[in-house]
Amino acid sequence: MSAASVLFDAPGPRARARHRVIAAAGVLALLGLLAFVVVRLADPANNQLTAEKWLPFLTPTAWTAYLLPGLGGTLLAAALSVLLSIVFGLLLGVGRLAPQRWLRWACGAFVEFFRSVPVLMMMLFAYYAGLFALRISGPLLPLFGVVVGLTVYNSCVLAELVRSGVNGLPAGQRESGLAIGLTPFQTLTEILLPQAITAMLPSMLSQLVVILKDSALGSMIAYLELLRSGTNLAVAFANLIPTLIVLAVIYIVLNSLLTRLAAAVEQRLRRGPRAIVTQSVTAGFVPGPAAEPDVPETIMPRPDDRPGRRREPRRPRG
Amino acid sequence: MDGLATLLREYDVLAAFWMTVQLTAWGAVGALVVGTVVAVARVSPVGVLQRFGAWFVTLVRNTPLTLIVALCSLGIANTLKVQLAPADSPTFIVDNGFRWGVVALAVYHAAFVAEAIRSGINTVPAGQAEAARSIGLGFAATLRHVVLPQAFRGAIAPLGNTLIALTKNTTVVATVGVAEAAYLMRNMIEFNPSLLYAIFALLATGFVVLTLPMGLLFTWLSNRLGVHR
Repeated sequence: MSAASVLFDAPGPRARARHRVIAAAGVLALLGLLAFVVVRLADPANNQLTAEKWLPFLTPTAWTAYLLPGLGGTLLAAALSVLLSIVFGLLLGVGRLAPQRWLRWACGAFVEFFRSVPVLMMMLFAYYAGLFALRISGPLLPLFGVVVGLTVYNSCVLAELVRSGVNGLPAGQRESGLAIGLTPFQTLTEILLPQAITAMLPSMLSQLVVILKDSALGSMIAYLELLRSGTNLAVAFANLIPTLIVLAVIYIVLNSLLTRLAAAVEQRLRRGPRAIVTQSVTAGFVPGPAAEPDVPETIMPRPDDRPGRRREPRRPRG
Repeated sequence: MDGLATLLREYDVLAAFWMTVQLTAWGAVGALVVGTVVAVARVSPVGVLQRFGAWFVTLVRNTPLTLIVALCSLGIANTLKVQLAPADSPTFIVDNGFRWGVVALAVYHAAFVAEAIRSGINTVPAGQAEAARSIGLGFAATLRHVVLPQAFRGAIAPLGNTLIALTKNTTVVATVGVAEAAYLMRNMIEFNPSLLYAIFALLATGFVVLTLPMGLLFTWLSNRLGVHR
């Protein structure tokens, strides 16, 4: 269904009147909810709307001492994780398409396992492994935990994106690469991956939003990111609820910008003259191999089972 | 192996995972209900409701779950003293934390459920809704009897992915002290740092055991129940 408008007729006068009533009721309900929230926040016993709870956000200290360093921490962790995830995601994705069965299997097992483990657990594990096994200390340790946790998880997601991106390309691309004498690896790197990565770009960008949001989990292992620095601010000024609201606004603005960027890139790709995007690749949650039984597991050509086509070992002549 | 035995003897791993399962189940029910309402609002003929639905999805999807959990538990429950459990009950702290955790999970994942259902609605051919309207069904009846049943079946795969994400995201409520798997993991590591690898292997495997069958089940269901066109 392309447009939602097929779900209902163009409204006539009575329907329009009814819609206006429903709309008014909806607006009233939302206003009622907001009023309830405001009354609750302004409860005299525990007033959250007082000036001293909100004015800190207008002072430079709140920003220079708390929010901006926190934002820097969030962006640093996210940027490092994005770069590392792209590198490892590509490696894992190529590994899953490799002609060697053991490599395919190993990469597949790694991806499937670490995609099922919560990011928070990986962060906790990386934090304590860094502490006990690698003897990392000081402020580097929480950063290590956050970046490793985010990288392991998101590389697996990106590896799946790479795989489904390559598998979504028309079979002719691979076949013609092999036909002009490129090796399977060259076919992959010279022909398939550039196209797959272009097709993946919007999903990769929306994965950025996921990484940025998940970096907030770092507050659990004492990494000084936006949420953590915000709660520190809330302790200093005793204004937890206003702080959380301000934090939410910062996150929403940041992520909306990223989402908008992803949408713009997608539009550009769709409109571009060299539009090779045959199938959009969905981010984050990619159906497992069982959902797409007819795509080749590897980029190697399938053995031809038809009689006479099988390659027999050549018998030495006479 | 010795380490695993010690861990299983000293800690109630099953109880922690039972908490995870409960959070998942209640969160999923809540998210499904709220998400369906939001999805219907987004395709409804009333412009205001469409906009409300879109706002909800944009706001919630761009906020970290950790922040929503903190807002619900630290903000609304602890600071504003809005409690979801009777204050005189002996299990008040546990119940209140659990229920606010469920609320946070449900609200957060409702946005993803709404998007899944909307994508399901998009898989229903326009002819279905047009046929329904031509036999005189209104918007509500068209949705209820014709479009939504097919949309849910088309949305099984994304809904399943949301459920798997929800299962993993239940660990976030450990940040406010609900005693589920990630909370247990932290406790275990604090007291048995030498068993770090065994602890991670044990709990990570627990999540693989929870989510892998879910993935298989939903793939099977979407092949089985999906409307083949």
